[in-house]
Formats: sequence, structure tokens, C-alpha cells
Amino acid sequence: MVKGKKIIAIGERDGVPGPVIAECLEGAGYEVVFQVTECFV
Amino acid sequence: MSETRSNSRPVRVGIEAVFYSLAHVPDLVRYGSKPLRELRAGPGLNEKLPRQLRDFSAATAYAPHQVYIGNISPEQLRELPKPWYEKLIDGATAQGRFGELVDQNRFYALLAGADQFDLVKFEEQWFKQHAALFSCGRAPRLCSLPEIKARCAEGALALYSGEQLVGAFESGHAEDANLSADVLLENLSAKVTAGHSLRLALSGLGIDPGEIDYVISCSEEAVGDRYNRGGGNLAKAIAEDVGCINAAGSDVKAFCAGPMYAMVHGASLIYSGVARKVAVVAGGSLAKLGMKFESHLKNNMPVLEDVLGSFAVILASAKPNQTCMRLDSAAFHPVRAGASPQAMAEYLAERPLAKMGMKLTDVDRYGVELHNPEITVPSGSGDVPRTNYLTLAALAVMRGLIGKNQMQDFVHARGMVGYAPTQGHIPSAIVYLGHALQALKSGTIRNALLIAKGSLFLGRMTQLSDGCSFLVDRNEP
Repeated sequence: MVKGKKIIAIGERDGVPGPVIAECLEGAGYEVVFQVTECFV
Repeated sequence: MSETRSNSRPVRVGIEAVFYSLAHVPDLVRYGSKPLRELRAGPGLNEKLPRQLRDFSAATAYAPHQVYIGNISPEQLRELPKPWYEKLIDGATAQGRFGELVDQNRFYALLAGADQFDLVKFEEQWFKQHAALFSCGRAPRLCSLPEIKARCAEGALALYSGEQLVGAFESGHAEDANLSADVLLENLSAKVTAGHSLRLALSGLGIDPGEIDYVISCSEEAVGDRYNRGGGNLAKAIAEDVGCINAAGSDVKAFCAGPMYAMVHGASLIYSGVARKVAVVAGGSLAKLGMKFESHLKNNMPVLEDVLGSFAVILASAKPNQTCMRLDSAAFHPVRAGASPQAMAEYLAERPLAKMGMKLTDVDRYGVELHNPEITVPSGSGDVPRTNYLTLAALAVMRGLIGKNQMQDFVHARGMVGYAPTQGHIPSAIVYLGHALQALKSGTIRNALLIAKGSLFLGRMTQLSDGCSFLVDRNEP
């Protein structure tokens, strides 16, 4: 169901970083087309 | 610091003084990175923004600023009614126990006095009436209003006092983007605010600037030209500005964690005998003015990011009973640690504490990223210090030091509410040092662990975060 679905992963420094979100989603079968970690302060 | 070090003897370096200043510069908010971009994109904001700017008395009476300069403790702030921007402090003064607020006229005078390249010019009558009494350093370059207007028409940045055009800030080179007017205003602002804090730290101690033999700047600017962008050594320019004639200097950069690294570097110079008195300084970040201004306008709040934060710390060999930093507690976030908040807490708190035979619950107060939530929550950026404290509390639960139902108690007892303006390097733990020293001297706390993070990934050179921490305590036998 999720295989091949395209995802943009935006992480946050004090929460979950982008690469971690990407790794989890790729493991679940999503295609991560862009990931980034942001700092909102 | 190596985790394998077995030395159990405390290694202390004395903290002689700490001083903070906030330069209230409402008419420079328009030159913050975010406002500058949004004002260009939506000219309608040019009318709306000035209506939401605070005057100096409101900025002075703003409770988080009173905490910043030492007149109110972080514990007292927690009990004060909100919103703080409406519930102003009666009788608030611009001078605090270890800091002060500087108004915009005085800031303009500082800019003029520290400008060695004729970058900034002020309208003569206005300057004589409003800023001349604060003049120091080099004599200001004064000229007529038509000349100011002509400079601005040629590309200089317009400097305002309210709605009145009072000055012009020019570029330092016709072609070099690193010497453009906006970059140089940012750099010179960092220089003069850091210099102001250092000057007051030294005068508070009653020592001559000539006694300082090394200055480390950890400001957020990037001084340099097109062949050496970010070349640096603002430290030496600050040393010169303050009259530290015997000092050399250098800069330490590590995003928001810069000040903590700078403190470790400075303490190492002292402990190794390379230097006897070191000043660690940082000036304010012009780029971060008005960073969240859109959400403040949307919520009909004053634009709260209207101040440039700065600080100066003087380090020297530890004396008996003095408040000190524990150099043996210094911890860095290694590459292998990964970027999760839990890894940060492990490497910057749990492991260095364990090295000293301490647990998370042996720390009386944690100084973390102390961003003022009244600034960040309206924009959806959350309550940053609270998130940091909950991560530490959760780690304490995982290690069996407290029960899950004690997490809020942990946060309440060992944490505090944020009170620092979102100036990046300033809120990152170093802002708490002044209060930590007061609490250590009074015996309210036995120790405090300062933990700062740096968002290295923003520079697009690595996906990594970063961090640095150290413990402060008293030099007791």
C-alpha cells in the first residue's frame, strides 16, 4: 500500500531529525524524495 | 573530552565576572533576515511593522529582559502573570545585577564610535541632540539630511529613529558582497554590542582592560572579504575597541554552541598557563531580529525580537570558594553519537556526569536552550526549553532514577522557563551563567550543568547536530 509512495520528510533538531524520519519511512516502503532537518530557533 | 579519562580530581577555572547586555534596536528590525525578505516581497508590511514595535520603556519593563540582566530570577519569572509583554514590570530599570539594556540612540553612538572605515554617517542635528552624549571612541561622521538622503539613494542602508531618517550605512566595497552595507552593519553591530558587554564586565571587576591577554569571540557574524568569507577574528577588533591593548584573540564558531566551546577553549588556555586572563565575548545577531515577526503581527503582539543580545565572561585561575567551571566536566557531542535528542542528553549530560561519579539527579539546575517561549510558541516553534527538560527527565526515567510520574517534578525542580531572546548563540545555555553564579554564591544550588546545541546541518555541510556542555560549581575543598 505504501510501496513507491513519495514522501518529503522534514525533521526538527529538538524533535526527530530528518534522516531518522527518512530511514523509518524507507524501511516501511516509502520513497523519500527529500529530507531535511530544520532548526526553528 | 575523552570518555576514557580517569582523572577524578576536579579541574576548575575561575569565573571572575559575567555581564550581559541587550541593545534595543526597534528600527533595525527591518534589517533582520526575515523582515528584510518579507518587506521586499510585501510592501504593505512597511506600514504594519512599525505599529507593532515597542519603545525602550516597554522593552525594559518586559519581564524576560529583567531576568536577562539579573533583576528577576528565572524562578520568579515562572510565577509572573502572562502575557509578559502586557504585564510589564513596574519600576523596572535598564541596569541589572549583571547586565543592562542599551537604547537605540546609544547603540547608534556606539556604531559611530567603533567605525574605522567611514561606513556610518548621521544627520548632524539629530546626533548632537540624541546620541552625542553617548559618544565614545572615534568622532562620529556627521552631515546634512540631504547628504544622508543622497547616500541612501545610492544604496546605503537608511537608519531611522522612529519615522525620522537619521543616518546612512554604506557598503565597504563596490563589488564585494561580503562587504555590502547589510553585512557590514551586521558585523559592526556584533562588534559594538560585544565590546559594550566586555567594557562593563571589566569595569564591574575594577580591572584595567590591559590585564586581559586573550579575547575569544563566539559571535554569529561572518567577518571577511570575497577571498576569505568568514575569515574572522572579530575578537581582536573587540579587544582593540575596549582597550585590551595587551590582548590577542581569535574566534570560535560552532553555530549556537559556539559560546560553550569558546568557554572550554578559554578555560583551557588558563589551565595550561598559555593565558592568565581570558575574555569570552559575543555580540548580537542582527540577522535574527524579527525572525518570528509575522506570527507576532498575526497575533497582534509587539515584535518581541527587537534586541541584540551580548555577553562577556572573564576567566582566570580558580581561587578558593570562587564560582568556577569544571573543565574536567566538559563534554562534546561526537560524530558517532547520532542526532537524536536522547543521544544529545546521553553524551552531554549523563556520560560526563558519570565520569565525575554523578547522576542526572545530582545536578541542581540545568541550563539548556533557554529561548523565551512567548517568542517561539506563537509561530509554532514550541517551548524549546521545556522540550529539552522533558528529554532529560525521560532519560532519568529510563535509567530508573525517577518514576515516570516524577517527570514534571524533575522539570520544575531542575529546570526553568525560557527568557532569552532568540539570538541563537545567546540562549544556548550561556545566558544562564549569570544566574547560576548568583545561585552558587547564595548556596541556593550546589551546581549547574550548562548544555548547548548547535544546528550544523543548517550550513549544508553535514547532516549532524552538535553540542557542548560543562558543569559550574564552587571551588570548595
